[in-house]
Amino acid sequence: MARARVLIRPKEGILDPQGKAVERALPALGFEGIGHVRVGRMVELEAEDPERLGELCEKLLANPLIEDYEIQPL
Amino acid sequence: MIWGVLQFPGSCDERDALHACSLVGEARLVWHEERDLDGLDGVVVPGGFSYGDYLRAGAIARFAPAMEAVAEMAAGGAPVLGICNGFQVLCEAGLLPGALLVNEGLRFVCRQVELVVDPSAGELSSPEAGKNASGSSPERLSIPAKHGEGRYYAPGDVLDRLEANGQVAYRYAPGQNPNGSARDIAGVSNEARNVVGLMPHPEHAVDPLTGSADGLRVFEAMAALAA
Repeated sequence: MARARVLIRPKEGILDPQGKAVERALPALGFEGIGHVRVGRMVELEAEDPERLGELCEKLLANPLIEDYEIQPL
Repeated sequence: MIWGVLQFPGSCDERDALHACSLVGEARLVWHEERDLDGLDGVVVPGGFSYGDYLRAGAIARFAPAMEAVAEMAAGGAPVLGICNGFQVLCEAGLLPGALLVNEGLRFVCRQVELVVDPSAGELSSPEAGKNASGSSPERLSIPAKHGEGRYYAPGDVLDRLEANGQVAYRYAPGQNPNGSARDIAGVSNEARNVVGLMPHPEHAVDPLTGSADGLRVFEAMAALAA
């Protein structure tokens, strides 16, 4: 079994209100100079056939219309 | 006309949808594991939180056994209406264009909204609307919206195409967009016009007792597609 991590992010150019909300909260907590916050998802899994992970991401883990994904072997 | 109203684990508006369908035909619930939808003339994919909305709203429900049969019915021209979570499911299943994102304001919205029925969406508007489409102002519906992930999104070129084809079935009236949807879009149809999805809930507005019966017109229009 191969372990892998899949990172899923909102596509560039798509408004990410979660990221914006986090970004706006930061100055009040004393964190200055942080920008371009994007909030996504992470999925960890074990796969018998890692070759098929791309297909899995396209069909289920990410919606390619609105999200980018990145597969990281562990 | 016999409607099937899908029921997933986590659906919560199937009873109201069943009631609304029963006002324009016969209706029965369809459990998500049913594969054989023979005998049904149309389907409603209702609102709720199918499979807990895990991963993304509608992402898992699209793989339900019943959805294969729904896709076949849709391809055969049967009316398929997705409401709220059902709209999300139909988008995830590729039966409708676009996607629904978290509301711009990040908050769950629950309020009565006014929808403008796109006159160019033809068959989707009610018979009365068909009459005045030639002349006066477009038909408006007052129905409730309640969702956290209702911001309609599609790339600009897709939006242009939807508008050119008359596939933007319902828009929020000016100033009433509750979620930041692109171009105030509340509902869209497929190219063949038999698959329709919208975020607001017509099934909650079919009786004056609950404030508005305008939602009935959505069901009447869908039923007319099957006729």
